[in-house]
Amino acid sequence: MTKQEMVDLFRQKAELVSAKVIPIASMKDAYAYTIDACVNKEACQLLISGCGEAISDTAGALCEQKPAPRIVAAPQLKDKELKAFTKEAEERGIQVLTKGMRQHLAGIDVAFTTCDFGIAETGSIVIDSASEEVRLATMIAEVHVAVLRVKDLVHMAYDIEQQLDARMKKAPSYMAFITGASRTADIERVLAIGVHGPLELHILLLED
Amino acid sequence: MQTAQTLEQYKAELRDSLDNEFLRKTLDTFAVAYRTGRENAFKGIDLPALIAEIAAAKDDSVARLDELYAEFKKNAEAIGIHVHLAKTALEANEIIARIAEENHCKTIVKSKSMTAEETLLNHHLEDKGLHVTETDLGEWIIQLRHEGPSHMVMPAIHLSRYQVADLFSQVTKKEQDSDIQKLVKVARRELRVKYAEADMGISGGNFAIADSATIGLVTNEGNARLVTTLPRVHVALMGLDKLTPTLHDALRVLRALPRNATGQQITSYATWITGPNECGACEDNKKVMHVVFLDNGRRALARDPEFKQVLRCVRCGACANVCPVYRMVGGHKYGHIYIGAIGLILTYFFHGREKAKYLVQNCINCQSCKAICPAGIDLPRLIKEIHARIQNEEGHPMQGQLLGMMMKNRKLFHGLLRAANWAQRPFVGKGETGGRFIRHLPMVFAKDQDFRALPAVAETPFRDLWEKGLKQEINPKPGQHPSMKVALFSGCVHDFVYPEQFVAAAKSMAGKNAQIDYPMQQNCCGLPLQMMGEMGAARDVALQNLLAMDPAEYDYIVTSCASCASHLKHNYPKLLEERPDLAFKATQFAEKVIDFSSFVHDVLKVAPKAGPGKKVTYHAPCHLCRGLDVREAPRALIGASGNEYVPCAEEEVCCGFGGTYGMKFAEISNTLLQKKLDNIVASGASVIVTDCPGCVMQIRGGMEKRQGPKVEVKHIAELLG
Repeated sequence: MTKQEMVDLFRQKAELVSAKVIPIASMKDAYAYTIDACVNKEACQLLISGCGEAISDTAGALCEQKPAPRIVAAPQLKDKELKAFTKEAEERGIQVLTKGMRQHLAGIDVAFTTCDFGIAETGSIVIDSASEEVRLATMIAEVHVAVLRVKDLVHMAYDIEQQLDARMKKAPSYMAFITGASRTADIERVLAIGVHGPLELHILLLED
Repeated sequence: MQTAQTLEQYKAELRDSLDNEFLRKTLDTFAVAYRTGRENAFKGIDLPALIAEIAAAKDDSVARLDELYAEFKKNAEAIGIHVHLAKTALEANEIIARIAEENHCKTIVKSKSMTAEETLLNHHLEDKGLHVTETDLGEWIIQLRHEGPSHMVMPAIHLSRYQVADLFSQVTKKEQDSDIQKLVKVARRELRVKYAEADMGISGGNFAIADSATIGLVTNEGNARLVTTLPRVHVALMGLDKLTPTLHDALRVLRALPRNATGQQITSYATWITGPNECGACEDNKKVMHVVFLDNGRRALARDPEFKQVLRCVRCGACANVCPVYRMVGGHKYGHIYIGAIGLILTYFFHGREKAKYLVQNCINCQSCKAICPAGIDLPRLIKEIHARIQNEEGHPMQGQLLGMMMKNRKLFHGLLRAANWAQRPFVGKGETGGRFIRHLPMVFAKDQDFRALPAVAETPFRDLWEKGLKQEINPKPGQHPSMKVALFSGCVHDFVYPEQFVAAAKSMAGKNAQIDYPMQQNCCGLPLQMMGEMGAARDVALQNLLAMDPAEYDYIVTSCASCASHLKHNYPKLLEERPDLAFKATQFAEKVIDFSSFVHDVLKVAPKAGPGKKVTYHAPCHLCRGLDVREAPRALIGASGNEYVPCAEEEVCCGFGGTYGMKFAEISNTLLQKKLDNIVASGASVIVTDCPGCVMQIRGGMEKRQGPKVEVKHIAELLG
C-alpha cells in the first residue's frame, strides 16, 4: 500500500466515525487551527456539555468549576513551543493549561496533542497516554485536536505491534487507540456522541 | 435472570415478552440492521481464516491457562501490580471488598464488566456499605432500575427513551425530556461528578496479555479511561479465559470483536494499561493497581474435552444478535446473566442447572449463532449437549424416553406410522396450498398447536412406492454400466408424510446413468432425539443408519431433507466418536452425504428446461444455508426448472419449525412463522419452495391457516421431478 493510499484509507475510515481530517503543512498551522477551533467553538456553544440540561444539584455544582471563558489544554507542549503557542492563544483570550486537569473535571474546551501513530485500516490514532495530564485532557475536552505525522501512519495495527510491545514492556505504560469521538448507542440504539469524552475529534495530518 | 420454577412458568414469562411491542420492534430493527452493518465491517477481510486463527490461538491459550496465569502474575508483580486468583464468585467479591477496605475506599466507579455481573459484585460491595456507580450508560441505567443486562454489549436495549427519561427524572429530581441526545448529556454530567468523587475504579478486561502484564479494554464511551485514571485505586476483574500470550493475540481478536459485535471497524477506544501509572490522587503519584482473575469453573472447563471451546468466547454478543428466539423474547428471557447462545451454555457452568434447565430447551437449532461466532464455537451442539447432561442428572422426561424407545426400534416406529394412516382417515382433508391435512381432531394435540394445520400421514410410504416400481423406473436398464452409485436417505417426513416429494426428488435423478438405491433398513436420522436431549437413542439410530448403508459402496448419500443432511454430515462423526471401531465409517459416511439441490445442480448438472414461468420465491432452511453452506444451488435450480426466482425478505431466517421445538415453544414458533409468511406473501411470488420437508410442513401448515392471500408451498424437488 502506498503512502497516498494509506492517507486516503485513513481519511475515509476516520470520517466514517465523524472525525475531521485536515491536512496541514507545519506545526505552526496546527497551533493556528487549534486556537481557531477554540474560538469558533465558543461562538456557538456557551455552556460546557450537559450543564445546560436539567441535572441534579450535585452534578450542577461541578459546572461552576470552569473559571476562564476559554481553555486549551496542551499537556505535551514544552519550552519554546509552549511559549509560542501560549502567546498566540492569550492574544485571542484563551488560557493554556499543561497540567492540573484534575481541577477542570467539569470540562475544558480543547485538548491539543500529537499522536504516536495512526492506523489507516480503522482510522485510529494512537497516543501514548502514560502522562495523566494527557489522559485526562483527551477525555475532559469537548474538542480533541490531534496532530498525526503522515510518516507515523501505518496500514494495520499489526504494523506497529513491535513498537507497542516495546513500550508495554517498559512499564508503566498507558497506550490509547482513539477512533472518532466518545459515543454510545445504549438508548434505543440511537447514536449519541460525547457521552463521556470529546464531542469532536479533529485530526491534523502533517505532511512529512 | 432466571427465576422460573417450572417449564410452564418459563413459557408464561416468554408470553409476556412476546406481548411487549416495544421490545419486539426494537429487536426486529436491530436484527436486520446488524446483518448489514457486520457485512460492511468485514469487507476485505478473510473472515473464515480470521475465525480459524482466533479459534486456534484461543484453544492454545485455554490449554495452558495455569501457565499463562503464572507468567502474567510474575510479570505483573515485577512492575507493582497485585494479582489475585479467585476460585469462586464469592471469593472474587471478597477480595475486591478487602482491597476497598485496606485502601479506605468508600465510593467506587465501575466500567462495564460481564465478569462482575457474573459474580454479582455490586450487590456484595453495596452490602459492605460501599457506594458503587456504573459508568457505562447502559449499565448505569440498568443499575438504577435494579435489573440485569438484556444484552452483553447493549445492556439496556430493552428500554425505551421514555423509560430512561422517567428514570433520570427520579435521579436528578428534575423533569427530563425524552430526547436521547439530551438524556445522554444528563448522564455525562451526573456521572462526571461520580468520577471526581470516587476512591476506587473497577474495570473489566477484554485481554490480559501475559508476556507484558498488560490489560486491554475495549469501549466506545471512554468511561473505562476515566475509571482507570481518576480514582486512587484500580481493580480489574476478569475471567481466566481472558489470558492471552502476546499483544498479537489481542490485536487479532480486536480485528473481529467490534466488527462482529456492532459492525464497527473498531470501538472508539481501545486502551492498553501496563502497571500502576501516574495518578495525581495518590500521595506518591502512583496508582494502586490490582488484577483479580476469576476461575469460577473455568479451569475445570478448560479440561473438559467437549466444552473447553466455550472459553474461546470473546463476549461480542453476536450470538444473541442473530438468534431468532432472542429477537422474539429479549435477553432477560434468554439467559440468566450471560445472554444469547453462549449465555445458555455459561449459565449451566457458572450459575447452575436450575437456572439453565429451561433456557437450554429454548434453542431452535437454526445454526445462526454458530455461523456468526468469531471464535468458531459450535454453540447449538453444545446447547443440546447440556440439555442432555441436565436430563442425565435429573432424569429424562417420559416423552423423550418414549420417543427414544420407539425410534430405536425401527419396525415398531414404522408400524406406528402406518397405523396412524388408518387411524387418521376419518379426519383427513385436502388443503388449499398443497398437501393433505388432518382436520377436526379435537383434544389429541395441544390447543397451542392450532397455529398451523398438521399434515396427514401418507397412505403409502415412500419405501413401499420404491419397491412397487419406482426403483425400476428410475434406475439404468440392466446391462448399462452406471457412472455412479447413489444411496437415498429419505428421512421420516419424506418417507411417511410427503412421499410424493421424495418421489419427485428420485425422479429428477433419472436418466443420468446413476445407480440409485434406497436401503430399506434406514431409520430416522436421530435429530429429533438429539433436540430432546436423548443422546443415547440418537447414537443408536445413527449406528443403525451407518449399518444400513455402507458408505464404501456409494459415491453419494443424497437426502432432500436439509436437517437430516446437516445432522448426518456434522453430528454423526461426533455422536459415534466414542466408538473407535466405527470412527472411520462414520467419517466416510459423513463425507459422502450431500443435499438434494447440490447433488442435482452441481453433480448431475441437470439441464435447464422450459417451464411454466411462475414467480417462485425461496425459503433457505437453516440446516442448508448455514448447516451446509449451500446457497446458490437451490436458487439456480428454480431458474433451471423454467420458473423465475424472486427474492424474499429474510430468506435465511428460520421458519420456526425446529422439529420438536415447535411443539414445546408453540408461541415462539408461531411468531417466527407469521413473520415468514408475511415476507413470502410480500415477495409477490405465486409459489414458495424450500429444501426441507420440515420447513414445508411448517410453512404449508401456516399458510393453510393464514387469513388473506396465500402462496403455494412446495419442496424444490417438486419443481423438477
